[in-house]
Amino acid sequence: MTAIVVYIDQLDASGKLSVTATQLLTVARGAGEAVAVVAGGVAPELLNELGAYGVSRVLHSEQAELGQFLVAPKADLVAQAAAAVAASAVLVDNSAAGKEIAARVGVALNAGVITDAVSVSYDGEALVAHKSVLAGSYTVEARATSAVAVISVKAHSVEAAPAAAAVIPAVELVDVAFAPSSLAARVVTRTPRAASGRPELEDARIIVAGGRGVDGDFTPVEELADVLGAAVGASRAATDAGWISHASQVGQTGKKVSPQLYISVGISGAIQQKAGMQTSKLIVAVNKDAESPIFEIADFGIVGDLFKVLPQAVEEIKKRRG
Amino acid sequence: MENSALNIVVLVKYVPDAQFDRHLTGDARTLDRSESILSELDEYALEAALALTDARGGAKAGNVVTALTLGPASAAAAVKKSLQIGATQGLHVTDDALAGSDASATSLALAAAIKTLGPVDLVITGMASTDGETSIIPAQLAARLGLAQITFASSLELDGTTVSARRDGDDFSEEIQATLPALVSVTDQANDPRYPNFKGILAAKKKKVTTVSLADLGLAASDVGLAGSLTRVTAAAERPARTAGTIITDSGDAGIQLVDFLAAQKLI
Ligand SMILES: Cc1cc2nc3c(=O)[nH]c(=O)nc-3n(C[C@H](O)[C@H](O)[C@H](O)COP(=O)(O)OP(=O)(O)OC[C@H]3O[C@@H](n4cnc5c(N)ncnc54)[C@H](O)[C@@H]3O)c2cc1C
Repeated sequence: MTAIVVYIDQLDASGKLSVTATQLLTVARGAGEAVAVVAGGVAPELLNELGAYGVSRVLHSEQAELGQFLVAPKADLVAQAAAAVAASAVLVDNSAAGKEIAARVGVALNAGVITDAVSVSYDGEALVAHKSVLAGSYTVEARATSAVAVISVKAHSVEAAPAAAAVIPAVELVDVAFAPSSLAARVVTRTPRAASGRPELEDARIIVAGGRGVDGDFTPVEELADVLGAAVGASRAATDAGWISHASQVGQTGKKVSPQLYISVGISGAIQQKAGMQTSKLIVAVNKDAESPIFEIADFGIVGDLFKVLPQAVEEIKKRRG
Repeated sequence: MENSALNIVVLVKYVPDAQFDRHLTGDARTLDRSESILSELDEYALEAALALTDARGGAKAGNVVTALTLGPASAAAAVKKSLQIGATQGLHVTDDALAGSDASATSLALAAAIKTLGPVDLVITGMASTDGETSIIPAQLAARLGLAQITFASSLELDGTTVSARRDGDDFSEEIQATLPALVSVTDQANDPRYPNFKGILAAKKKKVTTVSLADLGLAASDVGLAGSLTRVTAAAERPARTAGTIITDSGDAGIQLVDFLAAQKLI
């Protein structure tokens, strides 16, 4: 069985495994020996969790450079640790940083890099990444032809499952030799972003998204989202106007989402907006213009004023719930 | 040293226009590149470069902005448009052997091309291509060229030889600093790209475009293309296009009908 490295960032969220990390460990264990490479410390609770997911080996570094500079030092850690355990694959999450770590590890190990995998399967020999391309118009299967495969994997790739029997991982400290250019882009300040208290766009089963049609007032969108337990999304027109944070933007240059239900409100359905949401299971659109392109892809469309339709729906849901 | 002329390379990709249907073709399932345009996300990279060089006196003061593309003969259109918008010169890497290159092979050839441009202060790219959408080329180029890597910059400033950028992530907003030379990828929040004007279109005709082959870059055909790529697409299926469902016009009870729909779908 060859080693499959899963990268785990403990610099920001110390002490616990993220949900995505448990999913990646589940994939790794199904295809080889799961090895965790951790940036930061390995707290006792984390070690227990890693053991529960069947990780027999943990390589980590607490070198300060990992947090002082952007991305590159973390890639050095992952590449050097993967080489040390002769890994056949490296799995990282699909965040901006995760994809860049994958990219640089690919260069360091002369390994093929596949990003944005929605799932990863094992064909008995190698990992196969499944992804959706060209704004969801194709689904493809891709593999690395190199000795090592580097794959960044989106959330919910697999149902996370602990190992049948927990193990006690061996912990090794690695001394990473950073390339000079890895220590060149310094993080000068870091400001945490305010949490909304609502589900994250990528995790949500339902998303209610508002566009220019809300005209500065996201209240109807937020109220509908809250009765549905949904995340709030937005078009770029709405984020550019400053009505809502850029982190809520859905589309080509925002989040790419595929929830069970996407309710599009006061959004025309420009190609860049569709690029981020047209793989949703169901699409509902509320727009006062019957000619709006969003109706071409809506499973249920309402030609109407959002300021009338949404509050009425919210009242009705509350009424039915008694 | 302070405010000396800049040598900037901007990567410009010729991509299939997303306004039309896009298709994968052939045994290797590569992208059909007819109906292509300059990737709109690269316009932000070009604007970032032009804003920095304008602040230092533009081309007259010796600043150079090279629009670099890699692609078939038709990709010259991406360079031409960049020259019309304001780039100083063009560099087009083209070779039949490049077809089907993955990110690794592409970044290898781009790195070799950038090395022909002398000591470069900045390489600026868009946040992603609008076709592959992987965002890995900027990081791979920075690694191959040994440059400081500042990606997803939503603002960019240059003071002497210090480049500063803001990076807005999901959990943090960060301020990043590096000393030139550096590679920066910019988002669509970074600026408002300028359009080519009549003067620019005329001026572009006199600007130099250099076309280079793999041999000119000291690379072999086997380093790139499908042969040099480290990944393969082994299956592809077109998703059925979405079709319109039920559309109703509100006559006073659409909110209630919406709830009926959600209930029927077991979503409430
Ligand atoms: C490089 C680039 C990247 C981009 N990336 C993205 C991206 O990631 N995401 C994105 O969304 N866009 C993106 N865009 C912008 C995109 O092209 C559109 O401009 C944008 O999506 C339009 O937003 P909108 O639909 O909210 O606004 P509009 O197109 O102005 O549509 C507003 C809609 O609201 C409707 N409306 C108005 N009032 C009401 C009412 N009272 N009740 C019901 N309906 C009402 C109108 O009929 C209209 O259809 C990008 C553009 C570029 C150039």
